[in-house]
Amino acid sequence: MSSEQNLPTAAELPSMPRDEDGPVFAEPWQAQAFAMTLSLHEQGHFTWPEWAERLSQVITAAQADGDPDRGDTYYLHWLKALETLVAEKGLLTGDDLIRRKDAWERATLATPHGQPIVLPSEG
Amino acid sequence: MTDHPDHSHLSDSELRVRALESLLVDKGLVDPAALDAIVDTYENKVGPRNGARVVARAWVDADFKQWLLRDGTAAIDSLGYTSTQGADIVVLENTAKVHNLTVCTLCSCYPWAVLGLPPAWYKSFPYRSRAVKDPRGVLLEFGQDIADDVEVRVWDSTAEVRYLVLPERPAGTADMTEDALAELVTRNSMIGTDRLGEA
Repeated sequence: MSSEQNLPTAAELPSMPRDEDGPVFAEPWQAQAFAMTLSLHEQGHFTWPEWAERLSQVITAAQADGDPDRGDTYYLHWLKALETLVAEKGLLTGDDLIRRKDAWERATLATPHGQPIVLPSEG
Repeated sequence: MTDHPDHSHLSDSELRVRALESLLVDKGLVDPAALDAIVDTYENKVGPRNGARVVARAWVDADFKQWLLRDGTAAIDSLGYTSTQGADIVVLENTAKVHNLTVCTLCSCYPWAVLGLPPAWYKSFPYRSRAVKDPRGVLLEFGQDIADDVEVRVWDSTAEVRYLVLPERPAGTADMTEDALAELVTRNSMIGTDRLGEA
């Protein structure tokens, strides 16, 4: 199918990543962030245009801050957009997120290598 | 980006995703099994293969092709590939005189239901900005030298409308089955950065 996929000019174009069929998610957390967004949307917590607008706002702001925006930072923007949108929709608060992230960090540090990281239940 | 060979900790992004997901699960707002199903679908089942089947059907079935060009959303839905984002899909036909190129200049709106998830370059700023300003230059970098007498049309996706390019059927494929034709269709040919050569 892709016998003639030679891209002789690739080296001339460092600014445009042109991988032919790389993994759609570079890391598992990206897939989880993507799936949470789709799931919340499907349940009606926000419309897709609302989501697209928020994501493009975050991307535009990151560019203004000097992000070269080559596609590799895309899911970082996605995650930030999701965090702000769920807070704005009242699904949870920014404080909830910070506290829970701290709890995961503590659990990580307390977990020996090679064992699954488990969050202790909050008293 | 820096590689860290020592994976003894979770990255900041991993911690944030775990925090978000565990809170949403606790509140009953998302179901972990549903998340797994979404990831599996988009990573393994959709890919660009759904789109390739749409294209192959249009090549062998003139009525379907007319329907597809008239109402892409309904025609694609009839094959079971339904968009869950509520966006309409408009299908653009390449001909000997017109080459269509799709982009999302704002972020990366993309016809996921038929193409899976977008490649990294589609999400990159260089592609998003240059596809509109210099489409022939971008196409040349993808190895496609579009003749001067062929009109290049650039279509900017939105949250409401996604585009799928219907590439020209390659010469020498008259005897091929629909399944075999689908194998010829590349993802990039449906984005518009590729043209299909002879089979």
